[in-house]
Amino acid sequence: MGNAQATPARKLTDAEARLAEIFAMQQSAGAPQLAKLRTAAFDAFSKTGLPNRRDEAWKYTDLRALLRDVKPLAEPPEDSAKQGARSAAVLEGVASRRLVFVGGYFVPELSDLADLEAGLSVMSLSEALAKGDAAAMTQIGNVGEVDDPAFALNTAFMGEGVVIRVGAGICVDRPIQLVFVAGAQPATYFLRSLVIVEKGARATLIESFEGETAQEYHVNAATEVVLEEGASLERLKISREGAAAMHVSTFVASLAADAQLSDFGFNLGGAVLRNQFFININGQGAHAGLRGANILKGKEHADATLFLDHAAERSESKALFKSVLDDSSQAVFQGKILVRPGAQKTDARMMARTLLLSEGAQANCKPELEIFADDVQCAHGSTVGALDENLIFYLMARGIPQAEAQSLLTEAFVGEVIDAVADRSVREALTGLVSERLRTR
Amino acid sequence: MTALLEIRDLKAEIAGKQILNGYDLTVKAGEVHAIMGPNGSGKSTLSYVLSGRPGYKITEGQALLAGADLSQMSVDERAAAGLFLAFQYPLEVPGVATMTFLRAALNAQRKKRGEEEMSSPDLIKRVKELAKILDMDMEMLRRPVNVGFSGGEKKRAETLQMMLLEPKLCILDETDSGLDIDALKVVSNGVNQLRSKDRGIVVITHYQRLLDYITPDVVHVQSAGRIVRTGGKELALELEETGYARYQSEAA
Ligand SMILES: Nc1ncnc2c1ncn2[C@@H]1O[C@H](COP(=O)(O)OP(=O)(O)OP(=O)(O)O)[C@@H](O)[C@H]1O
Ligand SMILES: [Mg+2]
Repeated sequence: MGNAQATPARKLTDAEARLAEIFAMQQSAGAPQLAKLRTAAFDAFSKTGLPNRRDEAWKYTDLRALLRDVKPLAEPPEDSAKQGARSAAVLEGVASRRLVFVGGYFVPELSDLADLEAGLSVMSLSEALAKGDAAAMTQIGNVGEVDDPAFALNTAFMGEGVVIRVGAGICVDRPIQLVFVAGAQPATYFLRSLVIVEKGARATLIESFEGETAQEYHVNAATEVVLEEGASLERLKISREGAAAMHVSTFVASLAADAQLSDFGFNLGGAVLRNQFFININGQGAHAGLRGANILKGKEHADATLFLDHAAERSESKALFKSVLDDSSQAVFQGKILVRPGAQKTDARMMARTLLLSEGAQANCKPELEIFADDVQCAHGSTVGALDENLIFYLMARGIPQAEAQSLLTEAFVGEVIDAVADRSVREALTGLVSERLRTR
Repeated sequence: MTALLEIRDLKAEIAGKQILNGYDLTVKAGEVHAIMGPNGSGKSTLSYVLSGRPGYKITEGQALLAGADLSQMSVDERAAAGLFLAFQYPLEVPGVATMTFLRAALNAQRKKRGEEEMSSPDLIKRVKELAKILDMDMEMLRRPVNVGFSGGEKKRAETLQMMLLEPKLCILDETDSGLDIDALKVVSNGVNQLRSKDRGIVVITHYQRLLDYITPDVVHVQSAGRIVRTGGKELALELEETGYARYQSEAA
């Protein structure tokens, strides 16, 4: 112990070694776009390696232990996989502009990019990078300061996604839906999107992730959103991944003055689902609403980790996360609110509510407040409980069978999240998805 | 002919405490019975035991609905078999739309009885008719079940459910309490529309006034978990004069 020797580098896990190999291959295959950014990101990742339970932010989702091997980067999909994806799109009843990705690749023939609304630009990430889209080049990876290994991996390996720009003052009524369908083979998908909503503009973005396959596959998705002054975005993310899928998603947003973000996440399937949010509230009077619902069963595990950074006066954030846990499923909610000096009159609230349908299920909630301003309102809370027996009795006394009574009450529990969605057809489609999920227990 | 409801020497307990002490009651189709009795005498307990509320345990005796042993049926089966309890304290069900609830209840019962389900347009039409009879605003019925309803509005809503479901045996547990004078008339009128030769009605009440509107065929006095006296509608008037003192000492 006496001699001051540097601790030998930790032995890489198989997965970490494989990631380094793949990264080296990617580079030798000819410099991909954003090579500098990718290299810096991979270097940052290499310093820490895969996060594990000793990292506060990953305490309940030990990626190092979970990611035993790295599935190969996806190959372009076969026609049969594309055919299968045709019917897969969720939220069918919703009139949306659709961009379909199968096995990590953009499929133009399944997508609809014709007659874009004036002032709206939508492009696949690969196209934007190939064209050298200046905005994409400068904004990607720079929307917020994010120090996270999973996000760093995404930056190092980003393959496909979209770049969306909504021009100043433009209001796009039709939701833009990104449908990501997993391929049939075990694979790793690195998906990356950038959305810029200019001054006073408004849009709705729906991201849905689906996998029919029982094969193990890994999704690492990241979306960066820039909301300029007075811009507003409603974003919905629906995950219905395959039973053995691991899904890690990072959402980074920066909000200028009076911008409005309304985010909804629905986790309706997948072995491990991690959603991390880095919300940078930089402008006065900006508002961020983050809502989520987990409906889990079996051994499914969903982790929502929020970092809300209030750096401006009179800004608001409201987080409401609800979990319905059956069997031995597990939900994690970690929320950190930072109120920076000078961010007076901040109003930040977080609430996590869990409904346990089984004794084996488990909820972990960890709120954290760091407040450096004196005139603020911050609150957090959590509840864990079972369905109200008295209400079940009341419904049954009217002839409703027990299972249906439970479903109705559970849907009502999740309904509080859905009710906040602005568009009626989207609300109805979500209600249908949730109800279907609850009834196939 | 088998009675609609037949309770024989029923003993029941809650949380290990015996509340019903040898209860006997027979209600035939076409009859309206009133049950009166002091607070805590077990009137609501009887209604919960019959409808199968968890925690209420029959220790002796029997309760039969149209000859079928209620204790062998689940709560929803009892409802489908025609038993309806209008709750003394109707519950609020946040997040469940009233129409969704009514549709689920009616169609579950119909399905269980092998009947055709009612379509949504027909259901809405029927509910509108009933709301009119009960002088209820349809706007209220667009809210979640009973949420934010006043005490009296909840009682009207219970009555609406009962009229929609058309049960064989209706038990009204203090449906009159909390109703203003006009509402009492409106609700009684609704209940009277349900009077028929095939249906039995049991009204639990503290007030003779309700019986001015819903004229009972039989009046019972319940004390300490059983029926201690049975008579005609004049018994209710007599109780108004004398109170329950003599029955309570008798039962003790
Ligand atoms: N969960 C319980 N545990 C123990 N005792 C109970 C419970 N519920 C009811 N009781 C008791 O059972 C008795 C009968 O109550 P019940 O509500 O049936 O009376 P009631 O005749 O309906 O009275 P009221 O006229 O006030 O409505 C009361 O003494 C009450 O305290
Ligand atoms: Mg009572």
